[in-house]
Amino acid sequence: MTELSAHLPQFQHGQLTENFPDNHLSNTNDNSERRRHDNSERRRNDNPEAETNGQPQNNIQQVVEQDEEEDEELTLKYGAKHVIMLFVPVTLCMVVVVATIKSVSFYTRKDGQLIYTPFTEETETVGQRALNSVLNAAIMISVIIVMTILLVVLYKYRCYKVIHGWLIISSLLLLFFFSFIYLGEVFKTYNVAMDYITVALMIWNFGVVGMICIHWKGPLRLQQAYLIMISALMALVFIKYLPEWTAWLILAVISVYDLVAVLCPKGPLRMLVETAQERNETLFPALIYSSTMIWLVNMAEKDPEAQRKASKNATYDNKAPANQTQNEDAEADDGGFSQEWQQQRDNRIGPVESTPESRAAVQALPSNSQTSEDPEERGVKLGLGDFIFYSVLVGKASATASGDWNTTLACFVAILIGLCLTLLLLAIFKKALPALPISITFGLVFYFATDNLVQPFMDQLAFHQIYI
Amino acid sequence: PALGLFLFTIARDPLRIIILIAGAFFWLVSLLLSSLIWFISVKASDPQDERLQKGLLIFGVMFSVLLQEAFRFLYYKLLRKAIEGLVALSEDGCSPISIQQMAYVAGVGFGLMSGAFSMVNLLADALGPGTVGIHGDSQLYFLTSAFMTMVLIFLHTFWGILFFHGCEHRRWWEIVAVIVMHLAVSGSTFFNPLYVGSLVPSYLLMATAAAWAYLLSGGSAQNLRRFLLCKS
Repeated sequence: MTELSAHLPQFQHGQLTENFPDNHLSNTNDNSERRRHDNSERRRNDNPEAETNGQPQNNIQQVVEQDEEEDEELTLKYGAKHVIMLFVPVTLCMVVVVATIKSVSFYTRKDGQLIYTPFTEETETVGQRALNSVLNAAIMISVIIVMTILLVVLYKYRCYKVIHGWLIISSLLLLFFFSFIYLGEVFKTYNVAMDYITVALMIWNFGVVGMICIHWKGPLRLQQAYLIMISALMALVFIKYLPEWTAWLILAVISVYDLVAVLCPKGPLRMLVETAQERNETLFPALIYSSTMIWLVNMAEKDPEAQRKASKNATYDNKAPANQTQNEDAEADDGGFSQEWQQQRDNRIGPVESTPESRAAVQALPSNSQTSEDPEERGVKLGLGDFIFYSVLVGKASATASGDWNTTLACFVAILIGLCLTLLLLAIFKKALPALPISITFGLVFYFATDNLVQPFMDQLAFHQIYI
Repeated sequence: PALGLFLFTIARDPLRIIILIAGAFFWLVSLLLSSLIWFISVKASDPQDERLQKGLLIFGVMFSVLLQEAFRFLYYKLLRKAIEGLVALSEDGCSPISIQQMAYVAGVGFGLMSGAFSMVNLLADALGPGTVGIHGDSQLYFLTSAFMTMVLIFLHTFWGILFFHGCEHRRWWEIVAVIVMHLAVSGSTFFNPLYVGSLVPSYLLMATAAAWAYLLSGGSAQNLRRFLLCKS
């Protein structure tokens, strides 16, 4: 996608460059050049639209050095803002998941396992249990890997329809079926009487609006809200249906896989990203076989400023006919959620298998190119799968830890710090980075440490009412 | 009150939020390490001996206090480096956030985390059924816990300011004073079912620390008077 933008009129560049520093996904080399180019241009012209064809050449030479510094400044200047832009949705998702786990007991009851984890953990010996959980985790991971590769292959051979169909089905499933179950359980918990007709109406409205928002156009906030809800639903499903040790093992292995898939030159996600870039397409929901949605959300930058600059975007759209189709897809506002996010989402929505892939895809996906609305607005993108796994970690911590709220808090802070560090690395390296490993590692370390070490200490302290 | 502090002063600026969370993180890590030490010491000792356990607990607490201060120092170092980076990268050559603000935010971060850890399980239990103090323990348990937590959060905030100020101007005695105060407050909680022994000194110390921090931050009695009388 980025490549395509290069051919587009200059002002597009202006938009794009801003994006890069913020982007989680990363910038490719061409992007950085363009970025530099754009930055200088941006600095020069108040009106991006004015920068056009005539200028670029001159600008490039003059501003190359300047650009680098400016880039860095912009990076850091927007860095904190974007970190917060990511903190808020991640926090919201985690809060929803923890609140649900604490109040609705459905999600903590063991009602069986998914077919992807055929081995039970209710075994007699510890060794048997360990073996079973390792096997379970291995099966899940291989499913994920297969899905990712399938997605990459589909993308490479341009089977967009298949991917689209897949995404739509996943989002349908997630929006209607899972939320129906969720709503039912919440009603049961609070003993609220409800008739089927009302429920049908509510779910129908919720689902349809969700589909429209995610796959098509919609207000930014609403899209973000829907994405958060979907991630939370998916995380809840995971928490319910994955047995203990398997869940922790899967979290650990997924982070390793994420690291490998995004950074290795032959990794599927990396190939996905590169292919998308070669074709100058936005990384797109289609790619992600994420069953759910869409990607749309990612596209637009999230801030209100972006909206103000909507007019600018309009011009861009006109100028970039080639991008039209992508624009449509990309319609989704960024809202700061990255494509990965969407992908993840997609994945999550569908059967479990989809998730890993989408996640991976999502993470790998570079920012969306086009939309660029406002240079200010460049958001950072975070894969939807990341949301889901973070929430799974925190949800599991609140559900099964003996330290309860202490452990939950500790994991929450650990994940946020991991996210900060990841974004910092993104700002430094400016290429697509996996968001999972650092945060999940911190989260896991803190979970186990807090649960086993800190909890007894705090219990004793609270008992004697001693404060440290 | 701590939440109010957070909302009014920190939530506006994203950089401050990051510093806050990082501060909380540092406190958490110090807690982790200190509980690790305590845990090891407990496992290595006789679980039946009550006095020994109490003694170990005291030892653990003191050690934890020292570790917390050590981590505050480390955090200070990190923030210094960060400030230099921010200054270099900012457009107009001056940092978007001053070291005092950072000290304040770091203090609040530490305080919030320690307060949360102290209170939250208590609060969760308080939602459930039961009566306080039925077994002969003090009936004021919740109330005193709440007050103690609040005083501790404020204290952490002030200590943050004092500590950073001491580090900035290389006044070692300030740093030592903070450490001593922290130890004193923790020590006073050992008296705990006798609440007079712990709450009162803690509040006194807090008032002292507050005044000191205020003076250090450039306030003065005049400012205070003007503020209170709403003069412009």
